[in-house]
Amino acid sequence: MTNGAIIETRGLKKTYRQGDMDVQALRGVDVQVQSGEFLAIVGPSGSGKSTLFHILGGLTPATEGDVLINGQELRGLSEAGRTELRRTTVSFVFQKYNLLPTLTVRDNIEIARDIAKKTGPLDPAFLKALDMLGIGHRLDHKPRALSGGEQQRVAIARAIVNGPAILLADEPTGNLDTENSTNVLGVLRDLNHTIGQTILMITHNPEAAAFADRIIEMRDGRVVKH
Amino acid sequence: MIYKLVYENLKHRPLRTLLSTLVIGVGVTMILTLVGMSEGTLNEQRKRARGIGADIFVMGSNSSVIGTGTASMNEGLVKFLESQPHIKVATGTVVHSIGTLKSITGADLDKFNRLNGGLKFVSGGTFVKDDDILIDEFYSRQEKKKVGDKLTLLNRDWRVAGVYQPGNAARVLLPLRVVQDLTSTQGKLTMIYAKLDDPANTEAVIAQLKSQLQDYKIFSMEELISQYTTNALPELQVFTKVVIGLSVFFGALMVFLAMYTAVLERTREIGILKSLGATPGYILGILLRETFLMSILGAIVGIGLSYVTRWVMMVLIPATFTQEIVYDWWPIAGLITMAGALLGVIYPAWKAATQDTLESLSYD
Ligand SMILES: Nc1ncnc2c1ncn2[C@@H]1O[C@H](COP(=O)(O)OP(=O)(O)OP(=O)(O)O)[C@@H](O)[C@H]1O
Ligand SMILES: [Mg+2]
Repeated sequence: MTNGAIIETRGLKKTYRQGDMDVQALRGVDVQVQSGEFLAIVGPSGSGKSTLFHILGGLTPATEGDVLINGQELRGLSEAGRTELRRTTVSFVFQKYNLLPTLTVRDNIEIARDIAKKTGPLDPAFLKALDMLGIGHRLDHKPRALSGGEQQRVAIARAIVNGPAILLADEPTGNLDTENSTNVLGVLRDLNHTIGQTILMITHNPEAAAFADRIIEMRDGRVVKH
Repeated sequence: MIYKLVYENLKHRPLRTLLSTLVIGVGVTMILTLVGMSEGTLNEQRKRARGIGADIFVMGSNSSVIGTGTASMNEGLVKFLESQPHIKVATGTVVHSIGTLKSITGADLDKFNRLNGGLKFVSGGTFVKDDDILIDEFYSRQEKKKVGDKLTLLNRDWRVAGVYQPGNAARVLLPLRVVQDLTSTQGKLTMIYAKLDDPANTEAVIAQLKSQLQDYKIFSMEELISQYTTNALPELQVFTKVVIGLSVFFGALMVFLAMYTAVLERTREIGILKSLGATPGYILGILLRETFLMSILGAIVGIGLSYVTRWVMMVLIPATFTQEIVYDWWPIAGLITMAGALLGVIYPAWKAATQDTLESLSYD
């Protein structure tokens, strides 16, 4: 690891095979993210932003290149190792909230703890975050009773409950109106400031990107602007 | 926590859960009913054998205890037996089979009554006219015949002269000569009963008889009763095995369909769990728990239903079958159907555990 980066990629490539065609989603990506950073990634549709996230979170392996997460080399990690990575180190927030519809808000958060085999009282840092998220009064509701903004804040709570080193948010405000977007973005920024949560956020919206400390732009599977 | 998810999943599709539970339950019921029928019917036969009141039974060598066999012994044997020491009364019957576990017994009623103190009539009385027939209460209930009613058997019409308490001898009684004439077995007997001066002499008398009558089967009451095992009901045994097979098969099929649909329907949710770091084992655990819960519910429903079938049998066919509740078989039947359920969940569970997380997440 160079100068304490929590994420470092070198010459990262990803090629998808689609029938006879090869789709080069990533053509050599080099990024470094410092611990505690709030980074926004922008770029046109199809430029490989989500693909980068999926590799960082172990949802799919890279075709070529190296990824270091928290000092750990991802190459050569088994399926089980990548699952473990998501359980302990990297967590996701998606545009589509992805809450379990049959469970209450509380249980949606609890299931993440259950998967990570965490028991006992909640972490003080998480309780602080829960305060910021402002969903305390909705804990016993099912997701469908919540507004989009509330659902996304539940998804954030679920993503950070186990204290992951890295939070990857793929267009977290993509489905939200301006007011809810501002609210969610504010929460992300506060999490970054108060508990030092490292956050990577994909967005199409320049106003959203402005909430981050740093913005990088991707185009055709490469990072074009740091 | 995982149980909450399991519970919510089962609750989410109540009809599917109910249907699966019911199919599993019916399998359990069928097994329990058949086993209960075997047990109950055998116990009933044991009781009836005891009710005859004889100490020693003699049969032709080619007869079986439960089946009726042919009337192959000569009537003269009765006289011979009565001349033997310790034998107080000996009397023969002809048992004519009229279908599975149904038969007509021809008996010399005066002598027969001396074995056990006589039939206890619930209504009517003994033979008076030539076309009189006697039936026991179970037969009367099953065939809906009362004293004075007409009953057609052996191609002839009979009048029910008396209905007697069950638990002794046969279900349907006619005079010995009448049955011998109608079945062309004049002078022949199916079974001979002997009563001793003292039951304590049974072993000695049997040993002595066996030395003189090599070509016959000679049993004590206890020996006879010990022959009433499930082996004596081969049809029912085969049927029970078939039903066990069927309930495993249908249980497996139902669970397969239910869980396969559930897995398809929950593709996205499974993807979500995996994106949170759930291992294949965790996903497997959820589906197995759901299946396990459905089997348990099914087993409970099935046990409940077996009380219903017992009641139905008691009302409709008390003379043919008696169903008992066999507690020992509750866990066995439960395990059998659980095996079926687990068989059914293997493929859906494997599919769920191995499906790609990203693909699952983009599934709608
Ligand atoms: N599973 C896949 N199979 C084949 N091609 C894929 C797959 N996933 C992504 N791609 C392709 O890889 C390229 C990059 O996709 P990616 O989803 O990373 O882009 P993106 O920058 O996130 O776009 P958007 O802003 O629309 O979300 C696209 O051309 C896409 O079609
Ligand atoms: Mg994308």
